[in-house]
Amino acid sequence: MAGAEPEGMTVEVVKVLGYLFVFPGVVFLFAYATFAEWFDRKVYARLQNRIGPLHTGSGGILQPVADFIKLMSKEDIVPAQADKGLFNALPLFSLASALAAFIMIPVFRVSLPYTSFPGDLIVVVYLLSIPTIVYFLAGWSSTNYYAMVGAFRNLTQLFGYEVPLFLALLAPAMLAGSWANGTWLSANWQISEVGKFYMAHPYLIPVNIIGFVVALIALQAKLERVPFDAPEAETEIVAGALTEYSGKKLALFRLTVDIEMVTGSALIAAVFLGGFVLAPVHLGTIDLSSLFSLLLFVAKTLFVIALLSLGKALMGRLRIDQTVAFSWRWLAPAALLQILISIVLKGILKV
Amino acid sequence: MPGIRIPIGPQHPALKEPESFTFELDGEQVINAEVRMGYAHRGIEKGFEDRTFIQGIYLAERICGICSTSHTTPFVLNAEELLKLEVPRRAQYIRALTGELERVHSHLLWLGVAGHEVGFDSLFMYTWRDREHVQDMLEVISGNRVHYGINTIGGVRRDISTEQIGRLKEMNKLALARTEYYIRLCTAEPTFISRIKDVGRLSKQDALDLCAVGPMARASGVKRDVRKDDPYCCYDEMPFDVITADTCDILGRAVVRVFELIQCYKLIDFILANLPEGDIKIRAPRRIPPGEAINRYEAPRGENIHFMKSNGTDKPDRVKVRAPTYANIPATLVTLKNCFVADIPIIVAAIDPCFCCADRMIRLSDRKGRDDRWSWGQLQHYSREWLARNRRA
Repeated sequence: MAGAEPEGMTVEVVKVLGYLFVFPGVVFLFAYATFAEWFDRKVYARLQNRIGPLHTGSGGILQPVADFIKLMSKEDIVPAQADKGLFNALPLFSLASALAAFIMIPVFRVSLPYTSFPGDLIVVVYLLSIPTIVYFLAGWSSTNYYAMVGAFRNLTQLFGYEVPLFLALLAPAMLAGSWANGTWLSANWQISEVGKFYMAHPYLIPVNIIGFVVALIALQAKLERVPFDAPEAETEIVAGALTEYSGKKLALFRLTVDIEMVTGSALIAAVFLGGFVLAPVHLGTIDLSSLFSLLLFVAKTLFVIALLSLGKALMGRLRIDQTVAFSWRWLAPAALLQILISIVLKGILKV
Repeated sequence: MPGIRIPIGPQHPALKEPESFTFELDGEQVINAEVRMGYAHRGIEKGFEDRTFIQGIYLAERICGICSTSHTTPFVLNAEELLKLEVPRRAQYIRALTGELERVHSHLLWLGVAGHEVGFDSLFMYTWRDREHVQDMLEVISGNRVHYGINTIGGVRRDISTEQIGRLKEMNKLALARTEYYIRLCTAEPTFISRIKDVGRLSKQDALDLCAVGPMARASGVKRDVRKDDPYCCYDEMPFDVITADTCDILGRAVVRVFELIQCYKLIDFILANLPEGDIKIRAPRRIPPGEAINRYEAPRGENIHFMKSNGTDKPDRVKVRAPTYANIPATLVTLKNCFVADIPIIVAAIDPCFCCADRMIRLSDRKGRDDRWSWGQLQHYSREWLARNRRA
């Protein structure tokens, strides 16, 4: 017994490391995030009557990887007046928080107890807002006027979309929840549980349509894409908070944005579209549910990303005051309405 | 952040050409705007004096890459006025045709740039695709897509055949259909409207006082169009309306331009249907008798003025060009006051700026106005000192 204990530990450690760094951690995420960027660029280009990336890899599929490698090998300039420690550390912070957020999305049927726990929905939302704070600090520490204006816009926009996003994500979790011992467990605010609930009751998915739309719009704002790209509006403030970043650090920031896009769309797909966790499907003796859930993950996230690309192609950029006004005038009330619907429906259905 | 001064330009993603704007900001609000011109001075006016009149036409064409025929036409009109030449009507119609096609591609270009400045890149991609189509139409006429080389003193260089007329009529239909779609788009897309409505206001009085020209003035309700006020190239025979708007904002400027496009298509159809028979040019002597001439031309961006002074040789004594962008700069500075930082690019873009056309003279001075020209030796010295100071360890 004494010998089996360390062996079990070793297996556990390998499993955790594999989970963190190979699948669905860093390696898988890098591959999938770059693929998602390619998909987004391709959809966006086709909507604009363009071809999009074409030459690197089949159909340009490796273009984002090539961009990443190119940026990694470029000269890395730190402004003379910048706060160097902060300036250098920030890209890692944002990348780490985006990676950590993705780890908690149940991509695979099996997930570790450390990554799926009651309340992980809220943790993911908060981890996803760290990159925005990092952009603000990045703009602030680079002591450049464009970067500073961009940084302030980042923060202003955060106050606009964060609350509607949070409210919209809560609504389906509330509906999925259950009363137990006089306390509302709300499926324990656990992403996998919420997903399971909607997988079991697919007819309830359309109920959350308002929340889905609100969450999509808020995610668009979080990712700073058109029409909410005022913080990095190229024609106004060059590149916003990241104006002074170049080389490796810019590569990491861009990777962060891709990962944020994947994580955000996966979160929305998990919460609103029934998640990716399937009951065991047997083909003879082989359980195919893991494979199917992975395919489901890809299909659902790409669906969300395609909707985001569509939004990007259809609209112009809003001014920052228009963004905030829009968030509070339309998004927040819509999200509250969704919560109300969930509560009322909960009382009627008693599911 | 009160009292921050931010530079936009001479190098900035919003500006396609070098021009320096300095903005005094209070948060996101612009308090004051200053402009410094002269980064793209090319010495073209001086260049005219070293070239014959015929060579001058091709130099005039290169003043602007977009409104090229808008510069050659007033140039040849000046020469013809001094020569007292009666240009054949067919040639005048072909000039007008080229001019209108140029207006179409310039306005489509502007619409795309306006879309890009407010982050609506899809509009940019689509309008520029159709601008290609219009350039193909120009290629049918002249063989060239950008600098058409159609004008010469005494007429035009290329005739249009019946087949070409048929092709152009077909192509014109497609361009019209697509433009109608853009009109629906720019008067209905909520995000686009919200960015250009009530932005960059220029009152009618200001437009008159500051001598705004072209769509900028017409969007402020000033009914001013050289084609109507001082017709050239037989425009007095052609049916078209001067489009104005009274909203005084960028939405008005966009509306004026897109509805002008419809007028252009009408004009093109009219010209193709009513092209007079006859010669396309008459012989002009190489030497031009002494005298002075001024001609105005309604370029896509507004009134373009050319002055020419001849001393009786085959080279002009002086050529002066007042491009429309230059006339619109004072009005732009007024529209920039009290706007948001976010609106700066679209307000500047709303005049359809072409700074290279407008840059006439360069004067080097420091901020106190002192002449501060450096010799080559001084520059070398400064460069060595700077390197010594900033060399990396």
